[in-house]
Amino acid sequence: MEVRDNTHSGHAVAHDVHDHGHDDHHHDHHQTFITKYIFSTDHKMISKQFLVTAIIMAFLAMGMSMIFRLQLAWPDETFPFLESMIGKWGKDGKLDSGFYLALVTIHGTIMVFMVLTGGLSGTFSNLLIPLQVGARDMASGLLNMLSFWFFAASSLVMFGSLFIEAGPASGGWTVYPPLSALPQAIPGSGLGMTLWLVSMVLFIVSALLGGINYVATVINLRTKGMSMTRLPLTVWAFLITAILGILSFPVLVAAALLLVFDRSMGTSFYLSDIFIGGVPLDHTGGSPILYQHLFWFLGHPEVYIVLLPALGLASEVISTMARKPIFGYKAMIGSMLVIAFLSFIVWGHHMFVTGMNPFLGSVFVFTTLLVAIPSAVKVFNYIATLWKANIVLSPAMLFAIGLVSFFITGGLTGIILGDSALDINLHDTYFVVAHFHIVMGSSAIFGMFAGVYHWFPRMYGRMMNKSLGYLHFWITIICVYGVFFPMHFIGLAGVPRRYYANTAYEGFDQLININELISVFAIIAGVAQVIFAFNFFYSIYRGRKAPQNPWNSNTLEWTAPVEHVHGNWPGPIPEVHRWPYDYSKPNAKEDFIPQTVPYSQTPESNRPGDF
Amino acid sequence: MMITILLGTLVVIRLMSVSQMASVLSGEDEDVAQKRDNSMNSIGMMLFMVIGLALMVYMTIKYQPFMLPVAASVHGAETDFLLNINFAVIGVVFFITQVMLFWFVYKYQHNKNRRALFYPDNHKLELIWTVVPTIVLSALIVTGLREWNKMTQGHPDDGMVVQVYGYQFNWITRYSGPDNKLGRSYYKLISDTNPLGIDYSDPASKDDIMTKGNEMHLPKGVPIQFIFNSRDVIHSAYFPHFRTQMNCVPGMDTRFYMEATITTNEMKGITKNEKFDYVLLCNKICGVAHYNMKMTVVVDEPAEFSNWLKGEKKIIDAAPTAELEQNNTTASTVNTEVAL
Ligand code: HEM
Ligand SMILES: [Cu+2]
Ligand SMILES: [Cu+2]
Repeated sequence: MEVRDNTHSGHAVAHDVHDHGHDDHHHDHHQTFITKYIFSTDHKMISKQFLVTAIIMAFLAMGMSMIFRLQLAWPDETFPFLESMIGKWGKDGKLDSGFYLALVTIHGTIMVFMVLTGGLSGTFSNLLIPLQVGARDMASGLLNMLSFWFFAASSLVMFGSLFIEAGPASGGWTVYPPLSALPQAIPGSGLGMTLWLVSMVLFIVSALLGGINYVATVINLRTKGMSMTRLPLTVWAFLITAILGILSFPVLVAAALLLVFDRSMGTSFYLSDIFIGGVPLDHTGGSPILYQHLFWFLGHPEVYIVLLPALGLASEVISTMARKPIFGYKAMIGSMLVIAFLSFIVWGHHMFVTGMNPFLGSVFVFTTLLVAIPSAVKVFNYIATLWKANIVLSPAMLFAIGLVSFFITGGLTGIILGDSALDINLHDTYFVVAHFHIVMGSSAIFGMFAGVYHWFPRMYGRMMNKSLGYLHFWITIICVYGVFFPMHFIGLAGVPRRYYANTAYEGFDQLININELISVFAIIAGVAQVIFAFNFFYSIYRGRKAPQNPWNSNTLEWTAPVEHVHGNWPGPIPEVHRWPYDYSKPNAKEDFIPQTVPYSQTPESNRPGDF
Repeated sequence: MMITILLGTLVVIRLMSVSQMASVLSGEDEDVAQKRDNSMNSIGMMLFMVIGLALMVYMTIKYQPFMLPVAASVHGAETDFLLNINFAVIGVVFFITQVMLFWFVYKYQHNKNRRALFYPDNHKLELIWTVVPTIVLSALIVTGLREWNKMTQGHPDDGMVVQVYGYQFNWITRYSGPDNKLGRSYYKLISDTNPLGIDYSDPASKDDIMTKGNEMHLPKGVPIQFIFNSRDVIHSAYFPHFRTQMNCVPGMDTRFYMEATITTNEMKGITKNEKFDYVLLCNKICGVAHYNMKMTVVVDEPAEFSNWLKGEKKIIDAAPTAELEQNNTTASTVNTEVAL
């Protein structure tokens, strides 16, 4: 026991180790409001801070998408409330075409980074890594706290950039130069772009501090018996995600830094031979394409940074609620590792039409389509897990199944986009918007919902209301398909993305009905999220008190007391004796055997090879 | 219509459980799924799958006429064929996997008296579903790359050279004239009267022709070598009907070879739309009027095209004398090879 209690010495909060012997009182009594709720170093509190921040940011980004959906569906209407809401950008109830691009840019950036990277990894890596590996806290509570505060600062700067005179960054979430480098090219590339860059750098600092901590905790602080092959798939997913982030985010810093130099110090990394605003610029010799290589070297792994944690959460939820071991545990880990590796050598599929050497293009086609193999393995394994299962349809389970459905739908269109010959016609059209919203946006959001519904009892000690959860699920899945599936058709009709209005070409006029349909679904989807928000905040205070292990789960987090204690377990850290997926084991007394139960206590269900 | 029905059904189903809400909120119910929740939601899953798949098929058929008409280029016809094969393959996979997913959820609902099958792995199965996708994907990769190589390589360098030049927020086209060579240009030579920055001291510029008006003409059945450039930010020249797209990047040349196969007039017949026109759109975010950066493209019979081109003035004839006499020592060539 002493050995494991040593892990506790990593705590930043000064605090007596021996306290842990006492079950009957909490250790929070000598904490002030500030140390408990604001500058907390406790991973459970930090996880909630990430989650609540991400929820607020998600509502903001969703609100933006509703504004531009109004514009796309009813380009000729005026919406007087816009003027009162966004002032000069919505003059006379018409959305400004520059501000449209600003909204799209900030919507994309917030969704990808603040919601699905910070919100997803930040919340669930923080909550689940220590609790599932059996650690008192993260390897470094201080770095963890800093990680959150950099994230909060980054979110604030991004939000603040909405209020400046010239408007926020407007070059798309990928901020390609020269557009993003030259304020003459678009007003948002002035101060707005500077703030975008500042926000991203803060964000990357947060992601790196978090990532290093997650890796260190998984490697070093596993409890006795928790070998790597007994880790829940959630933890594997968080570990691989953190490694991806550590390897790829610094490249984004490099890309951003060179952009800063070009913007304010007259260098020419990305700029060459530009004539704008009636004058030729002095920049020469740079290449805008260099930026794209650097950006997508992060950008592609980023989509897996978003997706893998969601898949990890889904694996855990599906296995638990199907009352059945996840099918192919090792294959699941293997395919995540292969996906992670491949994600570093496919970035060129975003650049097939940049004039890239065709041979290089072929290489990227090859590597890109390879990713489909481990992805297919994962899907088949999920489906095999459901086969002959005994499925409990909690809201979390519904969302996890929705995730698998989106992962299939969106993954399959990726096969088309990864084929360079086909991508020529589809690149940057709404087909791409449909693809990535389904495979990355919706899958990951559904993974996040699954996580919230499933682990809410662990976070807040209360249950979320199940009926509201069902209502939320049904409206959301219908609307998500309703919004994004028809976008495939718009893309196949040749409509480019990032268009303020589809009036340029007479052939697009007939699509207006589809656009209206999409917008109606989008608005319903948005309103449905209020149900979630209500359920979430209401349940924090008024939800039913959660039992110790509401889902009859095997993993360690459900052995910790419902009321949070600092250090997670009041007594010694539990020891682990088996893998996390002993559900419905033949002859076992119950349909689950927690990881803490030694084989010696389950002679009736032990199988050869269990030891 | 069907969506309304779908929504309606679900609302009714939900209302029934919402009626329990009061009791739930007052804490009389479990927030762990009960038998009733399982059966209701799994029925919901089945309905969702069946109605959803039906709607997808229905929409695919219904929206067919709104999508791009038949490809109007040689390579476009081939990539469309490839696209359809790809859609067929992924369509089959889509149906099989989605049906299995939702069907299993329905079929294996929770039952207190039953245990799930303890079935942690099966190496043979896993091998099968690794190898089968690998084979299918290899086939798609091979066919895709064969087409890609055909499009991007093995083209004679003698297609008719046409420059497509993007700037905020419009397009300019330049035809290379009888010598089939574009005169050098340099961005510091750009002026109101010389929007392309052409270096008039280059003999190759003498016969170049720039189109006026917002219209580009192309001959049917003649291989074209497009050279794309931009003056300010990245634009992307997208010709949806030709299945052609290439970025226009300041400071570098990009190229695309293609051959149009259907004239505008023929296309009017095919689409049964008297007003039909081909279009060139900007497909890379480039500023506030990005959505409006377009040009009409007209595909003519070769004879019509030559006639039209003869009617266009040479650039040099329209250039002010002062610019012609300018000593272009600063000029350097920009027609360098495509960078990676
Ligand atoms: C409420 C649901 C959502 C709706 C209705 C919605 C709608 C849209 C639309 C219509 C666009 C394209 C606009 C244009 O190209 O002109 C867009 C862009 C984008 N969205 Fe969403 N979206 C939603 C949720 C999400 C989520 C969950 C993500 C997370 C990945 C996301 C990420 C993005 C990104 C990265 C872009 C591209 C931004 C850019 O072009 O720079 N969106 N969204
Ligand atoms: Cu990618
Ligand atoms: Cu443009």
